[in-house]
Amino acid sequence: MPHHPLRGAAAIVGVADDVSPTGMIEGTNRAIEARVIRAALDDAGLTLADVDGVFCNMGPGWAPSMELAEYLGIQARYTDSTTTGGSSFEIHVEHAAAAIALGLCEVAVIVYASTPRSDRKLRGGGGYRSRQTMGVTPTAEWELPYGLRMPMGAYALAASRHMAEYGTTSEQLAQIAVSTREWATMNPRARYQDPITIDEVLASPMQATPLHLLDCCLVTDGAGAVVMTSAERARDLAKPPVLVLGVGTCHTHNMISEMPDLTTTGAAVSGPKAFGIADVKPSEVDVAQLYDSFTITVLLLLEGLGFCPKGEGGAFVADGALGPGGSLPANTTGGGLSYTHPGQFGIFLLVEAVKQLRGECGPRQVEGADVAVAHGSGGVLSAMSTVVLGTEATR
Amino acid sequence: MSEATEATRFEPKESVAGQPFWDGSREGRFLVPWCTSCGEPHWFPREACPHCLSTEIEWREAAGTGTVYAVSVMPKPGNPMMAGREPYAVALVELTEGVRMMSEVVGGDPWTVAVGDPVTLGWEPLSDGRQLPVWQRAGDA
Repeated sequence: MPHHPLRGAAAIVGVADDVSPTGMIEGTNRAIEARVIRAALDDAGLTLADVDGVFCNMGPGWAPSMELAEYLGIQARYTDSTTTGGSSFEIHVEHAAAAIALGLCEVAVIVYASTPRSDRKLRGGGGYRSRQTMGVTPTAEWELPYGLRMPMGAYALAASRHMAEYGTTSEQLAQIAVSTREWATMNPRARYQDPITIDEVLASPMQATPLHLLDCCLVTDGAGAVVMTSAERARDLAKPPVLVLGVGTCHTHNMISEMPDLTTTGAAVSGPKAFGIADVKPSEVDVAQLYDSFTITVLLLLEGLGFCPKGEGGAFVADGALGPGGSLPANTTGGGLSYTHPGQFGIFLLVEAVKQLRGECGPRQVEGADVAVAHGSGGVLSAMSTVVLGTEATR
Repeated sequence: MSEATEATRFEPKESVAGQPFWDGSREGRFLVPWCTSCGEPHWFPREACPHCLSTEIEWREAAGTGTVYAVSVMPKPGNPMMAGREPYAVALVELTEGVRMMSEVVGGDPWTVAVGDPVTLGWEPLSDGRQLPVWQRAGDA
Protein backbone atom coordinates (compact mmCIF):
# COMPACT_ATOMS: atom_id res chain seq x y z
CA MET A 1 0.00 0.00 0.00
CA PRO A 2 1.40 3.43 -0.87
CA HIS A 3 1.45 5.90 1.98
CA HIS A 4 -1.12 8.62 2.23
CA PRO A 5 0.38 11.80 0.72
CA LEU A 6 -0.08 13.58 4.06
CA ARG A 7 1.89 10.99 6.01
CA GLY A 8 5.05 12.64 7.27
CA ALA A 9 4.61 15.62 4.96
CA ALA A 10 4.58 18.28 7.69
CA ALA A 11 6.08 18.71 11.16
CA ILE A 12 5.65 20.83 14.28
CA VAL A 13 8.98 22.59 14.84
CA GLY A 14 8.37 25.17 17.57
CA VAL A 15 6.09 25.44 20.59
CA ALA A 16 5.49 27.80 23.50
CA ASP A 17 2.87 28.43 26.11
CA ASP A 18 2.36 31.07 28.76
CA VAL A 19 0.68 30.19 32.04
CA SER A 20 1.16 31.12 35.69
CA PRO A 21 0.28 29.55 39.06
CA THR A 22 -1.62 32.76 39.84
CA GLY A 23 -4.02 31.77 37.11
CA MET A 24 -3.43 35.11 35.47
CA ILE A 25 -1.00 36.32 32.81
CA GLU A 26 -0.16 39.85 31.82
CA GLY A 27 -1.16 41.77 28.77
CA THR A 28 -3.88 42.18 26.23
CA ASN A 29 -4.81 39.16 24.16
CA ARG A 30 -2.89 40.55 21.20
CA ALA A 31 0.19 41.23 23.32
CA ILE A 32 0.08 37.71 24.70
CA GLU A 33 -0.36 36.23 21.23
CA ALA A 34 2.65 38.20 19.97
CA ARG A 35 4.66 37.00 22.96
CA VAL A 36 3.93 33.28 22.56
CA ILE A 37 4.36 33.43 18.79
CA ARG A 38 7.78 34.99 19.26
CA ALA A 39 8.69 32.33 21.82
CA ALA A 40 7.55 29.52 19.53
CA LEU A 41 9.47 31.00 16.59
CA ASP A 42 12.57 31.33 18.81
CA ASP A 43 12.07 27.71 19.82
CA ALA A 44 12.07 26.77 16.14
CA GLY A 45 14.95 29.03 15.17
CA LEU A 46 12.65 30.93 12.80
CA THR A 47 11.59 34.58 12.59
CA LEU A 48 8.41 36.47 11.82
CA ALA A 49 9.62 36.97 8.26
CA ASP A 50 9.48 33.20 7.69
CA VAL A 51 5.77 32.94 8.54
CA ASP A 52 3.37 32.72 5.61
CA GLY A 53 0.46 30.80 7.13
CA VAL A 54 -1.77 32.21 9.90
CA PHE A 55 -4.30 30.25 11.94
CA CYS A 56 -6.40 32.06 14.52
CA ASN A 57 -9.92 31.27 15.69
CA MET A 58 -10.87 34.40 17.64
CA GLY A 59 -10.44 38.13 17.46
CA PRO A 60 -12.16 41.42 18.14
CA GLY A 61 -13.61 41.87 14.67
CA TRP A 62 -15.02 39.76 11.87
CA ALA A 63 -11.84 38.20 10.42
CA PRO A 64 -9.63 36.62 13.11
CA SER A 65 -6.71 35.39 10.99
CA MET A 66 -6.66 38.54 8.86
CA GLU A 67 -6.71 40.83 11.90
CA LEU A 68 -3.91 38.88 13.56
CA ALA A 69 -1.80 38.85 10.41
CA GLU A 70 -2.22 42.60 9.95
CA TYR A 71 -1.26 43.19 13.57
CA LEU A 72 1.89 41.09 13.14
CA GLY A 73 2.72 42.53 9.72
CA ILE A 74 2.43 39.14 8.03
CA GLN A 75 1.32 38.91 4.42
CA ALA A 76 -0.28 35.50 4.60
CA ARG A 77 -0.29 32.98 1.75
CA TYR A 78 -2.44 30.64 3.78
CA THR A 79 -5.15 31.82 6.14
CA ASP A 80 -7.55 29.99 8.42
CA SER A 81 -10.08 31.35 10.92
CA THR A 82 -11.79 28.00 11.46
CA THR A 83 -13.46 28.04 14.86
CA THR A 84 -14.84 24.92 16.51
CA GLY A 85 -14.21 25.82 20.14
CA GLY A 86 -11.58 23.81 22.00
CA SER A 87 -10.70 21.58 19.06
CA SER A 88 -9.95 24.50 16.75
CA PHE A 89 -6.21 24.08 17.08
CA GLU A 90 -6.08 20.39 16.23
CA ILE A 91 -8.13 21.21 13.18
CA HIS A 92 -5.67 24.00 12.41
CA VAL A 93 -2.84 21.44 12.55
CA GLU A 94 -4.78 19.24 10.15
CA HIS A 95 -5.33 22.11 7.73
CA ALA A 96 -1.75 23.35 8.09
CA ALA A 97 -0.35 19.89 7.39
CA ALA A 98 -2.40 19.66 4.20
CA ALA A 99 -1.41 23.18 3.16
CA ILE A 100 2.27 22.53 3.80
CA ALA A 101 2.13 19.16 2.04
CA LEU A 102 0.71 20.85 -1.03
CA GLY A 103 3.12 23.77 -0.93
CA LEU A 104 0.41 26.35 -0.21
CA CYS A 105 2.48 27.68 2.68
CA GLU A 106 5.81 26.84 4.27
CA VAL A 107 5.69 28.11 7.84
CA ALA A 108 2.37 28.15 9.70
CA VAL A 109 1.63 29.76 13.06
CA ILE A 110 -1.29 28.56 15.19
CA VAL A 111 -2.07 30.68 18.24
CA TYR A 112 -4.53 31.03 21.08
CA ALA A 113 -4.76 33.43 24.02
CA SER A 114 -7.55 34.02 26.50
CA THR A 115 -7.64 35.74 29.88
CA PRO A 116 -11.01 35.00 31.50
CA ARG A 117 -9.63 35.09 35.06
CA SER A 118 -7.93 38.46 34.63
CA ASP A 119 -10.98 39.76 32.82
CA ARG A 120 -13.15 38.83 35.79
CA LYS A 121 -10.75 39.73 38.63
CA LEU A 122 -9.25 42.91 37.25
CA ARG A 123 -11.63 44.21 34.64
CA GLY A 124 -15.13 43.26 35.68
CA GLY A 125 -15.70 40.81 32.86
CA GLY A 126 -16.06 41.45 29.20
CA GLY A 127 -13.78 38.75 27.85
CA TYR A 128 -12.83 39.10 24.22
CA ARG A 129 -14.95 42.16 23.72
CA SER A 130 -13.48 44.15 26.60
CA ARG A 131 -11.06 46.99 26.08
CA GLN A 132 -8.46 45.28 28.22
CA THR A 133 -8.29 42.30 25.92
CA MET A 134 -8.92 43.10 22.30
CA GLY A 135 -12.31 44.77 22.26
CA VAL A 136 -11.32 47.97 20.49
CA THR A 137 -10.69 47.15 16.87
CA PRO A 138 -7.99 49.13 15.06
CA THR A 139 -10.66 50.09 12.55
CA ALA A 140 -12.82 51.68 15.26
CA GLU A 141 -9.88 53.49 16.82
CA TRP A 142 -7.94 54.71 13.77
CA GLU A 143 -10.35 54.83 10.83
CA LEU A 144 -13.97 55.32 11.92
CA PRO A 145 -13.48 58.89 13.24
CA TYR A 146 -12.73 60.10 9.72
CA GLY A 147 -16.03 59.02 8.14
CA LEU A 148 -14.77 57.16 5.10
CA ARG A 149 -17.84 55.81 3.30
CA MET A 150 -17.61 52.05 3.33
CA PRO A 151 -16.92 50.07 1.37
CA MET A 152 -16.73 52.38 -1.64
CA GLY A 153 -14.41 54.89 0.06
CA ALA A 154 -11.66 52.31 0.53
CA TYR A 155 -11.72 51.42 -3.16
CA ALA A 156 -11.92 55.09 -4.05
CA LEU A 157 -8.65 55.69 -2.21
CA ALA A 158 -7.02 52.94 -4.29
CA ALA A 159 -8.47 54.42 -7.47
CA SER A 160 -7.12 57.87 -6.57
CA ARG A 161 -3.67 56.42 -6.11
CA HIS A 162 -3.80 54.44 -9.36
CA MET A 163 -4.88 57.55 -11.27
CA ALA A 164 -2.08 59.63 -9.75
CA GLU A 165 0.62 57.04 -10.37
CA TYR A 166 -0.42 55.71 -13.77
CA GLY A 167 -2.74 58.28 -15.34
CA THR A 168 -5.72 55.95 -15.24
CA THR A 169 -8.94 57.81 -16.11
CA SER A 170 -12.56 57.71 -14.99
CA GLU A 171 -13.48 56.86 -18.60
CA GLN A 172 -11.30 53.74 -18.46
CA LEU A 173 -12.89 52.63 -15.19
CA ALA A 174 -16.32 53.32 -16.66
CA GLN A 175 -15.52 51.07 -19.64
CA ILE A 176 -15.28 48.14 -17.21
CA ALA A 177 -18.88 48.78 -16.09
CA VAL A 178 -19.96 49.14 -19.73
CA SER A 179 -18.34 45.87 -20.84
CA THR A 180 -19.73 44.01 -17.84
CA ARG A 181 -23.23 45.31 -18.60
CA GLU A 182 -22.90 43.98 -22.16
CA TRP A 183 -22.67 40.48 -20.68
CA ALA A 184 -25.68 41.18 -18.45
CA THR A 185 -27.81 41.95 -21.52
CA MET A 186 -27.46 38.22 -22.32
CA ASN A 187 -28.31 37.01 -18.82
CA PRO A 188 -32.06 36.91 -18.13
CA ARG A 189 -31.39 36.59 -14.39
CA ALA A 190 -29.24 39.74 -14.19
CA ARG A 191 -30.52 42.59 -12.03
CA TYR A 192 -29.80 45.13 -14.79
CA GLN A 193 -29.99 44.07 -18.45
CA ASP A 194 -30.08 47.34 -20.41
CA PRO A 195 -26.81 48.46 -22.01
CA ILE A 196 -25.07 51.55 -20.57
CA THR A 197 -22.54 54.03 -21.94
CA ILE A 198 -19.39 55.57 -20.51
CA ASP A 199 -21.20 58.91 -20.33
CA GLU A 200 -23.98 57.35 -18.28
CA VAL A 201 -21.46 55.92 -15.82
CA LEU A 202 -19.75 59.30 -15.49
CA ALA A 203 -23.11 61.07 -15.07
CA SER A 204 -24.26 58.73 -12.30
CA PRO A 205 -24.02 60.20 -8.79
CA MET A 206 -20.56 60.45 -7.25
CA GLN A 207 -20.24 58.07 -4.31
CA ALA A 208 -16.66 58.74 -3.19
CA THR A 209 -14.31 60.43 -5.64
CA PRO A 210 -13.41 59.14 -8.17
CA LEU A 211 -16.07 56.37 -8.07
CA HIS A 212 -19.57 56.95 -9.44
CA LEU A 213 -22.67 54.93 -8.63
CA LEU A 214 -22.23 52.78 -11.74
CA ASP A 215 -18.61 52.05 -10.73
CA CYS A 216 -20.08 50.29 -7.68
CA CYS A 217 -21.61 46.84 -7.29
CA LEU A 218 -25.26 46.17 -6.65
CA VAL A 219 -26.87 45.27 -3.36
CA THR A 220 -29.13 42.25 -4.00
CA ASP A 221 -30.13 38.96 -2.43
CA GLY A 222 -28.33 35.91 -3.74
CA ALA A 223 -26.97 32.48 -2.82
CA GLY A 224 -24.73 29.82 -4.31
CA ALA A 225 -23.04 26.51 -3.50
CA VAL A 226 -20.20 24.37 -4.84
CA VAL A 227 -19.61 20.62 -4.39
CA MET A 228 -16.15 19.05 -4.69
CA THR A 229 -14.85 15.49 -4.75
CA SER A 230 -11.80 13.65 -6.04
CA ALA A 231 -10.99 13.88 -9.73
CA GLU A 232 -11.31 10.11 -9.88
CA ARG A 233 -14.79 10.00 -8.42
CA ALA A 234 -15.80 13.03 -10.46
CA ARG A 235 -15.58 10.96 -13.66
CA ASP A 236 -18.62 8.88 -12.75
CA LEU A 237 -20.95 11.71 -11.77
CA ALA A 238 -23.73 13.46 -13.64
CA LYS A 239 -21.86 16.39 -15.21
CA PRO A 240 -18.48 16.71 -16.92
CA PRO A 241 -15.92 17.38 -14.21
CA VAL A 242 -14.28 20.76 -13.88
CA LEU A 243 -10.80 20.26 -12.49
CA VAL A 244 -9.15 22.51 -9.93
CA LEU A 245 -5.86 23.11 -11.71
CA GLY A 246 -4.32 25.63 -9.36
CA VAL A 247 -4.99 27.72 -6.29
CA GLY A 248 -3.25 30.61 -4.56
CA THR A 249 -4.03 32.99 -1.72
CA CYS A 250 -2.51 36.10 -0.20
CA HIS A 251 -3.84 38.65 2.24
CA THR A 252 -1.84 41.81 2.69
CA HIS A 253 -3.86 43.80 5.27
CA ASN A 254 -7.28 44.08 6.88
CA MET A 255 -7.92 47.86 6.96
CA ILE A 256 -7.39 49.94 3.82
CA SER A 257 -5.06 52.26 5.75
CA GLU A 258 -2.71 49.30 6.27
CA MET A 259 -2.57 48.19 2.61
CA PRO A 260 1.15 48.26 1.80
CA ASP A 261 0.74 49.64 -1.75
CA LEU A 262 -2.72 50.80 -2.84
CA THR A 263 -2.05 49.85 -6.46
CA THR A 264 -0.76 46.31 -5.79
CA THR A 265 -3.08 43.66 -4.39
CA GLY A 266 -2.26 40.22 -3.06
CA ALA A 267 -3.35 38.95 -6.48
CA ALA A 268 0.26 39.61 -7.50
CA VAL A 269 1.14 36.72 -5.17
CA SER A 270 -1.96 34.50 -5.39
CA GLY A 271 -2.15 34.67 -9.20
CA PRO A 272 1.38 33.56 -10.06
CA LYS A 273 1.07 30.85 -7.42
CA ALA A 274 -2.18 29.50 -8.85
CA PHE A 275 -0.96 29.76 -12.44
CA GLY A 276 2.28 28.07 -11.44
CA ILE A 277 0.52 25.12 -9.83
CA ALA A 278 -1.82 24.89 -12.83
CA ASP A 279 1.03 25.26 -15.33
CA VAL A 280 -1.14 27.74 -17.17
CA LYS A 281 -0.19 31.21 -18.42
CA PRO A 282 -2.59 34.14 -18.06
CA SER A 283 -2.63 34.32 -21.87
CA GLU A 284 -4.09 30.80 -21.95
CA VAL A 285 -7.17 31.75 -19.90
CA ASP A 286 -10.34 31.55 -21.99
CA VAL A 287 -12.72 33.21 -19.54
CA ALA A 288 -12.11 35.15 -16.33
CA GLN A 289 -14.40 35.76 -13.37
CA LEU A 290 -12.78 38.66 -11.50
CA TYR A 291 -14.38 39.99 -8.34
CA ASP A 292 -16.03 43.22 -9.42
CA SER A 293 -17.10 44.92 -6.24
CA PHE A 294 -16.03 48.12 -7.99
CA THR A 295 -14.59 48.88 -11.39
CA ILE A 296 -11.19 49.65 -9.83
CA THR A 297 -11.19 46.18 -8.27
CA VAL A 298 -11.25 44.57 -11.71
CA LEU A 299 -8.50 46.85 -13.01
CA LEU A 300 -6.23 46.04 -10.05
CA LEU A 301 -6.91 42.31 -10.47
CA LEU A 302 -6.08 42.38 -14.20
CA GLU A 303 -2.68 43.85 -13.33
CA GLY A 304 -2.07 41.68 -10.29
CA LEU A 305 -2.93 38.45 -12.07
CA GLY A 306 -0.69 39.34 -15.01
CA PHE A 307 -3.31 39.80 -17.72
CA CYS A 308 -1.54 43.11 -18.40
CA PRO A 309 1.53 44.88 -16.98
CA LYS A 310 1.18 46.91 -13.78
CA GLY A 311 -0.13 50.38 -14.50
CA GLU A 312 -1.57 49.41 -17.90
CA GLY A 313 -4.99 48.19 -16.74
CA GLY A 314 -6.69 51.32 -18.01
CA ALA A 315 -5.38 50.91 -21.55
CA PHE A 316 -6.08 47.17 -21.44
CA VAL A 317 -9.81 47.58 -20.76
CA ALA A 318 -10.35 50.69 -22.89
CA ASP A 319 -11.16 48.85 -26.13
CA GLY A 320 -13.73 46.53 -24.55
CA ALA A 321 -11.34 43.65 -23.96
CA LEU A 322 -13.50 42.34 -21.13
CA GLY A 323 -16.78 42.34 -23.06
CA PRO A 324 -18.33 39.90 -25.57
CA GLY A 325 -15.88 39.29 -28.39
CA GLY A 326 -13.04 40.83 -26.40
CA SER A 327 -9.60 39.34 -25.83
CA LEU A 328 -10.43 38.40 -22.21
CA PRO A 329 -14.13 37.66 -21.70
CA ALA A 330 -14.71 38.56 -18.04
CA ASN A 331 -17.57 38.47 -15.56
CA THR A 332 -19.86 36.85 -18.10
CA THR A 333 -22.87 36.85 -15.76
CA GLY A 334 -22.81 40.62 -15.64
CA GLY A 335 -20.82 40.39 -12.44
CA GLY A 336 -21.32 42.16 -9.17
CA LEU A 337 -21.84 45.34 -11.15
CA SER A 338 -24.94 44.13 -13.05
CA TYR A 339 -25.88 40.52 -12.16
CA THR A 340 -26.02 40.22 -8.36
CA HIS A 341 -24.03 41.19 -5.26
CA PRO A 342 -25.29 40.08 -1.86
CA GLY A 343 -22.14 41.35 -0.13
CA GLN A 344 -19.77 38.46 -0.78
CA PHE A 345 -19.68 37.69 -4.49
CA GLY A 346 -17.03 34.93 -4.57
CA ILE A 347 -19.37 31.95 -4.82
CA PHE A 348 -20.91 33.33 -8.03
CA LEU A 349 -17.46 33.58 -9.64
CA LEU A 350 -16.98 29.84 -9.13
CA VAL A 351 -20.48 28.89 -10.30
CA GLU A 352 -20.16 30.85 -13.54
CA ALA A 353 -16.62 29.63 -14.23
CA VAL A 354 -17.86 26.03 -13.94
CA LYS A 355 -20.89 26.69 -16.16
CA GLN A 356 -18.67 28.28 -18.81
CA LEU A 357 -16.32 25.29 -18.80
CA ARG A 358 -19.31 22.95 -19.14
CA GLY A 359 -20.64 25.00 -22.04
CA GLU A 360 -23.93 25.76 -20.28
CA CYS A 361 -24.09 29.53 -20.71
CA GLY A 362 -26.34 29.89 -23.75
CA PRO A 363 -26.04 33.24 -25.55
CA ARG A 364 -23.19 34.39 -23.29
CA GLN A 365 -21.18 31.17 -23.70
CA VAL A 366 -17.50 31.71 -24.51
CA GLU A 367 -16.99 29.19 -27.31
CA GLY A 368 -14.54 26.39 -26.59
CA ALA A 369 -13.63 27.59 -23.10
CA ASP A 370 -11.23 25.09 -21.52
CA VAL A 371 -9.47 27.22 -18.90
CA ALA A 372 -11.19 29.61 -16.50
CA VAL A 373 -10.05 31.75 -13.61
CA ALA A 374 -12.21 32.66 -10.62
CA HIS A 375 -10.55 35.28 -8.47
CA GLY A 376 -12.08 36.46 -5.20
CA SER A 377 -11.28 39.62 -3.26
CA GLY A 378 -12.29 39.93 0.37
CA GLY A 379 -12.34 42.77 2.86
CA VAL A 380 -11.13 46.00 1.25
CA LEU A 381 -8.73 44.61 -1.39
CA SER A 382 -7.42 42.66 1.61
CA ALA A 383 -7.68 38.93 0.97
CA MET A 384 -7.03 37.60 -2.52
CA SER A 385 -7.61 34.07 -3.72
CA THR A 386 -7.16 32.72 -7.24
CA VAL A 387 -8.65 29.47 -8.54
CA VAL A 388 -7.65 28.14 -11.98
CA LEU A 389 -10.17 25.67 -13.37
CA GLY A 390 -10.06 23.46 -16.46
CA THR A 391 -12.06 20.94 -18.47
CA GLU A 392 -11.04 17.30 -18.89
CA ALA A 393 -9.12 18.44 -21.98
CA THR A 394 -6.66 20.23 -19.70
CA ARG A 395 -5.92 17.17 -17.54
CA MET B 1 -6.76 72.08 26.31
CA SER B 2 -10.37 71.97 25.28
CA GLU B 3 -13.45 71.92 27.51
CA ALA B 4 -15.61 68.82 27.57
CA THR B 5 -18.26 69.36 24.91
CA GLU B 6 -20.73 67.38 22.88
CA ALA B 7 -19.11 64.84 20.61
CA THR B 8 -19.13 66.07 17.02
CA ARG B 9 -17.43 63.01 15.52
CA PHE B 10 -17.31 59.31 16.16
CA GLU B 11 -15.02 59.37 19.18
CA PRO B 12 -13.04 56.15 19.43
CA LYS B 13 -12.42 54.17 22.57
CA GLU B 14 -8.75 53.88 23.40
CA SER B 15 -7.01 50.56 23.01
CA VAL B 16 -4.32 49.69 25.52
CA ALA B 17 -1.71 49.95 22.76
CA GLY B 18 -3.05 53.32 21.60
CA GLN B 19 -3.38 54.99 24.99
CA PRO B 20 0.03 56.75 24.89
CA PHE B 21 -0.98 58.36 21.62
CA TRP B 22 -4.23 59.68 23.04
CA ASP B 23 -2.52 60.84 26.24
CA GLY B 24 -0.05 62.79 24.10
CA SER B 25 -2.84 64.31 22.07
CA ARG B 26 -4.23 65.96 25.21
CA GLU B 27 -1.04 68.02 25.35
CA GLY B 28 -0.83 68.53 21.61
CA ARG B 29 2.06 66.08 21.36
CA PHE B 30 1.91 63.99 18.16
CA LEU B 31 3.48 60.67 19.12
CA VAL B 32 4.37 57.74 16.90
CA PRO B 33 5.53 54.33 18.18
CA TRP B 34 9.07 53.22 17.32
CA CYS B 35 10.66 49.86 18.00
CA THR B 36 13.95 50.33 19.82
CA SER B 37 15.00 46.81 18.88
CA CYS B 38 14.84 47.06 15.06
CA GLY B 39 14.63 50.85 14.83
CA GLU B 40 11.45 50.98 12.74
CA PRO B 41 8.34 53.11 13.38
CA HIS B 42 4.91 51.60 12.89
CA TRP B 43 1.31 52.69 12.64
CA PHE B 44 -1.28 51.73 13.97
CA PRO B 45 -0.04 51.37 17.57
CA ARG B 46 0.57 47.81 18.72
CA GLU B 47 1.91 46.05 21.80
CA ALA B 48 4.55 44.34 19.65
CA CYS B 49 6.55 45.62 16.68
CA PRO B 50 5.08 44.27 13.40
CA HIS B 51 8.58 44.06 11.95
CA CYS B 52 10.33 42.00 14.63
CA LEU B 53 7.81 41.22 17.43
CA SER B 54 9.87 43.11 20.01
CA THR B 55 7.82 44.71 22.78
CA GLU B 56 10.42 47.46 23.30
CA ILE B 57 8.23 50.28 22.00
CA GLU B 58 9.20 53.92 22.44
CA TRP B 59 6.86 56.81 21.66
CA ARG B 60 8.60 59.64 19.83
CA GLU B 61 7.22 63.01 18.87
CA ALA B 62 6.74 63.14 15.09
CA ALA B 63 7.41 66.17 12.89
CA GLY B 64 3.75 66.65 12.00
CA THR B 65 4.48 66.85 8.30
CA GLY B 66 3.53 64.53 5.49
CA THR B 67 2.09 64.12 2.01
CA VAL B 68 -1.26 62.91 0.71
CA TYR B 69 -0.78 59.28 -0.41
CA ALA B 70 -4.40 58.75 -1.50
CA VAL B 71 -7.58 60.80 -1.18
CA SER B 72 -11.32 60.48 -1.68
CA VAL B 73 -13.96 63.16 -1.24
CA MET B 74 -17.15 62.05 0.48
CA PRO B 75 -20.21 63.79 -1.02
CA LYS B 76 -22.31 62.04 1.64
CA PRO B 77 -21.41 61.36 5.28
CA GLY B 78 -19.69 58.04 5.99
CA ASN B 79 -21.36 57.76 9.38
CA PRO B 80 -24.13 59.72 11.11
CA MET B 81 -21.64 61.78 13.13
CA MET B 82 -20.28 63.26 9.89
CA ALA B 83 -23.68 64.56 8.73
CA GLY B 84 -23.41 68.23 7.80
CA ARG B 85 -19.66 68.07 7.24
CA GLU B 86 -19.93 66.77 3.67
CA PRO B 87 -18.24 67.19 1.31
CA TYR B 88 -15.00 66.33 3.07
CA ALA B 89 -11.70 64.80 2.00
CA VAL B 90 -10.59 61.54 3.64
CA ALA B 91 -6.94 60.87 2.96
CA LEU B 92 -4.18 58.44 3.68
CA VAL B 93 -1.33 60.66 4.82
CA GLU B 94 2.25 59.46 4.60
CA LEU B 95 4.18 60.96 7.48
CA THR B 96 7.73 62.21 7.04
CA GLU B 97 8.69 59.39 9.41
CA GLY B 98 7.47 56.89 6.78
CA VAL B 99 4.29 55.51 8.32
CA ARG B 100 0.86 56.05 6.81
CA MET B 101 -2.37 56.92 8.60
CA MET B 102 -5.97 57.59 7.69
CA SER B 103 -7.09 61.14 8.37
CA GLU B 104 -8.94 64.13 6.94
CA VAL B 105 -7.52 67.08 5.02
CA VAL B 106 -9.42 70.07 6.42
CA GLY B 107 -9.60 73.82 5.99
CA GLY B 108 -9.74 74.15 2.21
CA ASP B 109 -11.72 73.08 -0.83
CA PRO B 110 -11.92 69.30 -0.42
CA TRP B 111 -12.46 68.74 -4.17
CA THR B 112 -8.97 70.07 -4.92
CA VAL B 113 -7.03 67.90 -2.47
CA ALA B 114 -4.67 65.80 -4.60
CA VAL B 115 -2.29 62.89 -4.22
CA GLY B 116 1.16 64.30 -3.44
CA ASP B 117 -0.04 67.45 -1.69
CA PRO B 118 2.20 68.36 1.26
CA VAL B 119 0.25 68.68 4.51
CA THR B 120 0.91 69.63 8.10
CA LEU B 121 -0.71 68.41 11.30
CA GLY B 122 -3.68 70.07 12.93
CA TRP B 123 -5.72 68.94 15.91
CA GLU B 124 -9.46 68.68 16.30
CA PRO B 125 -10.59 68.60 19.94
CA LEU B 126 -12.71 65.67 21.08
CA SER B 127 -15.28 66.05 23.87
CA ASP B 128 -13.10 64.39 26.53
CA GLY B 129 -9.95 66.47 26.12
CA ARG B 130 -8.30 64.15 23.65
CA GLN B 131 -7.50 65.53 20.21
CA LEU B 132 -7.90 63.91 16.82
CA PRO B 133 -5.14 64.44 14.25
CA VAL B 134 -6.26 66.11 11.01
CA TRP B 135 -4.15 67.66 8.26
CA GLN B 136 -4.01 70.91 6.36
CA ARG B 137 -2.43 72.11 3.13
CA ALA B 138 -0.23 75.20 3.16
CA GLY B 139 -2.30 78.22 2.18
CA ASP B 140 -5.64 76.72 3.23
CA ALA B 141 -7.46 78.51 6.03
